[in-house]
Amino acid sequence: MSDLTRLSAAELAASLGKGEISSVDATQAHLDRIAAVDGDVHAYLHVNDAALAEASAIDAKRAAGERLPELAGVPVAIKDVLCTIGMPSTAGSRMLEGWVPPYDATVVERMKAAGLIALGKTNMDEFAMGSSTEHSAFGPTRNPWNLERIPGGSGGGSAAAVAAFEAPFALGSDTGGSIRQPAAVTGSVGVKPTYGGVSRYGAIALASSLDQVGPVSRTVLDSALLHDVVGGHDPKDSTSLTGAWPSFAEAARAGRRDGSLKGLRVGVVKQIADGEGFQAGVTQRFRESLELLADAGAEIVEVSAPNFEYAVAAYYLILPAEASSNLAKFDSVRFGLRVTPEGGGTVEQVMAATREAGLGDEVKRRIILGTYALSAGYYDAYYGSAQKVRTLIQQDFSAAFAQADVLVSPAAPTTAFKLGEKLDDPLAMYLNDITTIPANLAGVPGIGLPMGLAPEDGLPVGIQFMAPAREDARLYTVGAALEQLLEDRWGGPLLSQAPDLSASSMLAVSEGAI
Amino acid sequence: MSEFSTEQVRHLAGLARIALTEDELGRLAGELGAIVDNVAIVQRAAGPDVVATSHPIPLVNVYRDDVPTETLTAAQAVAGAPEHDGSRFKVSAILGEEQ
Repeated sequence: MSDLTRLSAAELAASLGKGEISSVDATQAHLDRIAAVDGDVHAYLHVNDAALAEASAIDAKRAAGERLPELAGVPVAIKDVLCTIGMPSTAGSRMLEGWVPPYDATVVERMKAAGLIALGKTNMDEFAMGSSTEHSAFGPTRNPWNLERIPGGSGGGSAAAVAAFEAPFALGSDTGGSIRQPAAVTGSVGVKPTYGGVSRYGAIALASSLDQVGPVSRTVLDSALLHDVVGGHDPKDSTSLTGAWPSFAEAARAGRRDGSLKGLRVGVVKQIADGEGFQAGVTQRFRESLELLADAGAEIVEVSAPNFEYAVAAYYLILPAEASSNLAKFDSVRFGLRVTPEGGGTVEQVMAATREAGLGDEVKRRIILGTYALSAGYYDAYYGSAQKVRTLIQQDFSAAFAQADVLVSPAAPTTAFKLGEKLDDPLAMYLNDITTIPANLAGVPGIGLPMGLAPEDGLPVGIQFMAPAREDARLYTVGAALEQLLEDRWGGPLLSQAPDLSASSMLAVSEGAI
Repeated sequence: MSEFSTEQVRHLAGLARIALTEDELGRLAGELGAIVDNVAIVQRAAGPDVVATSHPIPLVNVYRDDVPTETLTAAQAVAGAPEHDGSRFKVSAILGEEQ
């Protein structure tokens, strides 16, 4: 049998549907891969010990002739920010170490109803605060392209899991780029849907007006398939959008048809297209991708979004403010850790001791910053001004979308940096999300997909498309179209050029390095 | 340059219920100054005529009919708590001696 971990979710689904492979085969192949490479990559915090039993139950249903959903039996990974019955859900924090929720997130429930097999929970920056996964309380994830480098963040675990063939696709969450930026630096695909397009019920909240759950994968079609499964209105999430959504898988397939880009107006956002802080190889591959789009009939227009300049600043006020409020629930009473000061103490002293012990540096930094921004006397100057910036950024988007059907920018300003390089410089870390933050502030959808390797370091670079709110389908069409053009050029998927991890691990073993 | 004193950070940490160590207070005082300097540019972006946006997509409050639906049992709700008696969360004294 060929290596099932190399197949896309769509290919696995097709083989399962035809009875060529079983779900146990597909699941076992991924568990074997995890066993072989995850010691190096550390994409997973927990591997589901019931995965094979769940796969076997799907196989039994299929053998009995039951009609099953398209993706039934395909394995999937789940970011640890999502609540899962039977598996710990820690959000990368000591505060929730070992905590097993009594309910499933809506997206997890829908994933199970579709017959998907959970492989396990993926690593992340603590409470999704970070751009490198180095802020995980359980140790960093490593980039499958180069184990000395970061996989992006906060969803570095989900991105590394798909890039290292430890899962065909995964669920992530994106508050300021946590799906799209890891996709960029690992050569994978990720989508932040329209705010409210996917339920946040059961997602451990970071910043409620910015958070959005979305898919992570190796192909645009696979993200679309997963989005179709988990998306749509959920009465349990009061910010969930009502109304029907089109099939995103169909939108992705439409992108692969001839002429799909003809007449499409692609707006290059001047402020986040190049300039200071953008690595040369990122700019070069971005310009080449624009040429490919133009050659395929797209009309490239330049658009200006003058207020994007304030986006990162507004984000680092709004996010900490909302986080300081959301994380108040970690009070040592209802779940997670409790630390009692020596000699006992009041509930308030226990709470303060627990939060001191259970939260990491970055989380403390942001809670304190948010507490400051919301304090009497500072509220209007900081939080109030940041919310005004949000209005201006929405106006910039409206003006840009009057001139263009989709907007485009690099998905991250640089390739993956070295582990530890920016850990002691929070401001440098915050600038990694300069290209992705505007979409969260305005609630519009964005997709990140690979656009090549930077010539100077051979590491992946990603491109981002954004569409008006509720127009996620456009992203799948243009994303799949560009993916096809690029893969024709590369002679196959970008990830087929990634180093063979199992070989490097085995070599290290034989040399006695580990 | 925004300056934060250790005492200011201690006050904020008290509001946030985090028992920061002296080392952490000192380090955060420096870091917060640098971060606030950078984010303060939001103050020059918008004039008084710009309205604030709290939410990316305009929404109205959502109601449902006041009928019982499936909920967690008490045992499920307390299962993940550090201390409980089977149906209630257990905590230490709410008030200290001086209160």
